[in-house]
Amino acid sequence: MARERAWLESSRAGDGEWRLTALGHWDLKAAGDLSGTLDRFALDGGGAVSLDLSRLDAMDTVGAYLLSTLSDRLKAAGHGVDLSAIRPEHAALFDAVREVGPPPVERAETHHPILDMLERTGRTAVDGLREGRDLLSFLGLITITFGRLIVNPRRLRFRSVMFHIEQTGLNALPILGLLSFLIGVVLAFQGADQLRRFGAELFVVNLLGVSILREIGILMTAIIVAGRSGSAFTAQIGTMKVNQEVDAISTLGLDVVELLVVPRALALMITLPLLAFYADIMGLFGGAVMSYATLDITFGQFIRQLHGAVTLPHFVVGLVKAPVFALVIAMVGCYEGLKVSGSAESVGTLTTKSVVESIFLVIVLDAVFSVLFSFLRL
Amino acid sequence: MAPFDDTQPDAQDAVIRVRGLVTRFGPQVVHDGLDLDVRRGEVLGVVGGSGTGKSVLLKEILGLIRPADGRIELLGRDTADLPEAERVALQARTGVLFQNGALFSSMTVAQNVMVPLREHTDLPAALAAEIARVKIAMSGLPPNAGAKFPSELSGGMIKRAGLARALALDPDILFLDEPTAGLDPIGAAAFDQLIRNLQRSLGLTVFMVTHDLDSLTSICDRIAVLVDKKIRVGTLEEHLRDSHPWIHDYFHGPRGRAARHAES
Repeated sequence: MARERAWLESSRAGDGEWRLTALGHWDLKAAGDLSGTLDRFALDGGGAVSLDLSRLDAMDTVGAYLLSTLSDRLKAAGHGVDLSAIRPEHAALFDAVREVGPPPVERAETHHPILDMLERTGRTAVDGLREGRDLLSFLGLITITFGRLIVNPRRLRFRSVMFHIEQTGLNALPILGLLSFLIGVVLAFQGADQLRRFGAELFVVNLLGVSILREIGILMTAIIVAGRSGSAFTAQIGTMKVNQEVDAISTLGLDVVELLVVPRALALMITLPLLAFYADIMGLFGGAVMSYATLDITFGQFIRQLHGAVTLPHFVVGLVKAPVFALVIAMVGCYEGLKVSGSAESVGTLTTKSVVESIFLVIVLDAVFSVLFSFLRL
Repeated sequence: MAPFDDTQPDAQDAVIRVRGLVTRFGPQVVHDGLDLDVRRGEVLGVVGGSGTGKSVLLKEILGLIRPADGRIELLGRDTADLPEAERVALQARTGVLFQNGALFSSMTVAQNVMVPLREHTDLPAALAAEIARVKIAMSGLPPNAGAKFPSELSGGMIKRAGLARALALDPDILFLDEPTAGLDPIGAAAFDQLIRNLQRSLGLTVFMVTHDLDSLTSICDRIAVLVDKKIRVGTLEEHLRDSHPWIHDYFHGPRGRAARHAES
């Protein structure tokens, strides 16, 4: 037989005593092969066993563990085991591993798949409701803090507000402009394709004007800002939470909501309407370019037609939603950031959650607004 | 002149050998011609004032930072320009406990300990889990700690879990970066004792960056002091006789005296 890295030699003395000698390198490298062999290892007949470890070349924790489990199994099989033959340099490790003892017996829990699913469903539902309740009370907290700041405006962190206006507003212009322009192009192209069948190409301007000003401009802006800035809020505040900066703020007698949340919320409530207006213009511009290119509608015609198609309420209906969406995005972003607990992983999970939740809420609120406006006949 | 000189090749078997190490960060020179030998089976404590480059030295030996000049031999191999496979093999023979444990926060303690086992060996999963359990217990953690996430552990438990991961592959050399920082004195003493016991039973060489004078007096065989961009190595007694002002202040200061009294 080929020489292995580690092996066991067994012999039986005349008095019936087994003599097992461990040889070679009992270490990590040998462990894979050894554990398979040792699992099947058994001695015929009873009798005492003396396990000789004094002629090993090397032993590490894994080797010591394997030898220790071997002796446990032999004992369980009714053999008396003598472990006295061991070199002193190995004895300390062997004893340390033996002290660890067998694994704790785990109570096998029985799971029923359908019950599990029911439990998970219930848990998710309760968690969702709880999240809604907590968000609502967080909104209350922000409102109270806002109220305090209106009474005492000198406490407002003006520099922080400006910083966040720059971060969430100015820096978002390129991406938002490009995307809105492209949406305008796509809408004009698709709309023209359908309207041409009725010979009503010019009405593509009405389509663009109403849909972009009422819905698409503000919705695109809110979704992009939720992805860009809502996530940033969660990550910033979450990292501060991990570094215990949030705790430091509280112990210094400062108000976390006043210092971290209100400037972000205020900044977003200022920038989002502006961004939405910018997105409206860029979307209409994209539509106008496309109309000119495929339908030969000149810019002059486009603007004249737009004047007839849209009225001020169309524009206002779009923009009035912006501060509300801004508050929701900032609130969810900050709330999830403050929920971060200790680990780097929770920053990641909660950032994802914050984006999903704020986009969800934005679209739900948009639907609520639609219903509301239809009641108001706007 | 220093009472002892470490530039001569060490008579004993050195597992870490640093020669002429130079470290620069921009214009700032941290190490200038530093020599160091760490002998097999010893516990070496590395001390020095803030900014003398203790942790930098640790990272250079581990290959995380490249020195500006000099040679670092780890277990007889020059760590610069080592082929990938040999570098990985060498890494399997060293274990590191970072200052804050550096446990992977998305995994349980047991999974953390199993990472090196899975990466470097082809043990059956059940055996790897058992080995992880043994290491966790040897690091002095209760049996139920294996299933916990790092965020559920106290500072002392995180260090022990980090130690269990560092020891997963039975390394030859164990690197410790301020192992007792942030622990209470009882926890720190217990951790010192744990390191000493594991060092004896596993035959480890320990390279320990520390500020803890109690650790230095109770478990270190030799102490390396980073002064004047170089290193002076010696036993506690030798350092006590050293007339260098920083070394004198360090070991003869009130805390140094208290630690020695506690020991004697």
